Amino acid sequence: MAKLESTFKNMFLSLSLICLAVAFLLAQVNKMTAKPIAEAKAMKLQLAIGEVVPEFDNDPVAEVFMIPDETGDSLMVYPATKGGELVGVAISSSASGFAGDIQIMVGFDMDNKVVNYEVLQHAETPGLGSKMDEWFKDTESEGKSILGKDMSIGPLAVRNDGGGIDAITASTITSRAFLNAVNIAFAAYNDNRDKLDN
Amino acid sequence: MELIGIIIIAIFVNNVVFSQFLGICPFLGVSKKVGTAIGMGLAVMFVLTIATIVTYIVQKGLLEQFGLEYLQTITFILVIASLVQLVEIILKKISPSLYQALGVFLPLITTNCMILGVAILVIQKDFNLLESVIYAVSSAIGYAMAIIIFSSIREQLALTKVPKSMEGVPIALITAGVIAMAFMGFSGIDQVF
Amino acid sequence: MNKNLSVLINGVIRENPVFVLLLGMCPVLATTSSAVNGMSMGLATMFVLICSNAVISLLKNMIPDMVRIPAFIVVIATFVTITEMMMNAYVPALAESLGLFLPLIVVNCIVLGRAESFASRNGLVSSVFDGIGMGLGFTFALTILGAARELMGTGRIFSINIFPEQFGSLLFVLAPGAFIVLGYLIATFNKLKAKASTN
Repeated sequence: MAKLESTFKNMFLSLSLICLAVAFLLAQVNKMTAKPIAEAKAMKLQLAIGEVVPEFDNDPVAEVFMIPDETGDSLMVYPATKGGELVGVAISSSASGFAGDIQIMVGFDMDNKVVNYEVLQHAETPGLGSKMDEWFKDTESEGKSILGKDMSIGPLAVRNDGGGIDAITASTITSRAFLNAVNIAFAAYNDNRDKLDN
Repeated sequence: MELIGIIIIAIFVNNVVFSQFLGICPFLGVSKKVGTAIGMGLAVMFVLTIATIVTYIVQKGLLEQFGLEYLQTITFILVIASLVQLVEIILKKISPSLYQALGVFLPLITTNCMILGVAILVIQKDFNLLESVIYAVSSAIGYAMAIIIFSSIREQLALTKVPKSMEGVPIALITAGVIAMAFMGFSGIDQVF
Repeated sequence: MNKNLSVLINGVIRENPVFVLLLGMCPVLATTSSAVNGMSMGLATMFVLICSNAVISLLKNMIPDMVRIPAFIVVIATFVTITEMMMNAYVPALAESLGLFLPLIVVNCIVLGRAESFASRNGLVSSVFDGIGMGLGFTFALTILGAARELMGTGRIFSINIFPEQFGSLLFVLAPGAFIVLGYLIATFNKLKAKASTN
């Protein structure tokens, strides 16, 4: 069978047919995958929240609300309650790191202490800045962990900046950004406590 | 985000070639002579800026309005391919001499992953239209800088003795690696802004 | 069957898209920071290659010559989008690590190149085998590069510890390392080819 001639009608017809077929196919696949994609996202969020706050029995994702931070951006706050009493909040915050934004989920309890954190997204250097996943949770070495730190004393800072936290070796910028994100989260939470009494 | 910060980051800290690995194919192929490198750089800057504007408008005005974000890849590449065709036709009519100078690079630009890459990146980074254009132009400047530096080094390399199996692309890649190391020195500059 | 098998092996060795044809370089450098990433990228690209080669070979007589490039691009972009959507739905962590380079498969010179130079001139079965061959060659190259970089950078391959991390040089996992290791790999391939042809 010889190739179709390149007449205008043929070109138009063949391209249109291909585009129509493609549009149909993609719409179908989209329908099929939209739900799993949304579920995967929600699951990731649920898991992160579960990691960073004390035990709860409500649905923090459903009760999410926004609070403004110092720069005017909004942060998402996920309240965790047990038996109707607020036990902690998980806040998703971000700061500009070495190679882009670092997004974290950090949890505070009712005594203003850091419960735990999860790094949601980052573009930091693998093997260096990326260590923040575990570094600031390391309770075995002195000076690294931010878990249990009382945020009402003041913002967290690396030793180079006069603070009490050891920065990741050779990744001071990433460390600063990470702590900054935690500080931003707490500052916003602190300034908007009244909103939580709902 | 501070506009100057965007410019510095796009050109130096996150250089499209040495840090983001976009536009490598033509980078290795075209950059054997400084003259052709300059031509390619200009062509890319021209197409990239227009492409970024158009794809941005398509994304915000069309795809997001109708919840068709999953069609991003296919609409963007079609926009770019058509744009390149259009630019070729217009350039041929308006400025045959410029067309001659850039002519052979234009069709190659469609498959330059940098164009599609930057178009998608500005959406991911949530820039507004002005920031997107500035990012695009700066990336193109970074790209032009990369290929011009590289081509001048390659011109020298062509004259030196290199082990047989290293000739051509391998030694070029290793050189690119060393330049990438140099560019790593720029990291952290944006923290000043 | 022999012809198709030789088409396949051609894609892996004699005309290996990365080491010989030097095509599709962007993802090669960007997604090979670990063996797993390299392999996933290779497999995703292979999927697109096989599908687009197959469809284009089936449609080759219905696409007028003048619009073949846009038509090929639409077909390729479709399969890339399908791959993107499926990966986001079923292996989201992997999709995230491949990041920008998943949609960039559409401008991977290998895919368009094979469509133009093979699928548009050959039958369905041969085209599928070419897709498999080129895809395997690509995956092979990416996995080796990823494994080499991961090993020299962190002492691990596929996250299995081979030697302690302190002995690795982080440089290999970073941008310069990509260029350098690929350069040496291509040089090695060249050397092996030269040896083979003098035998």
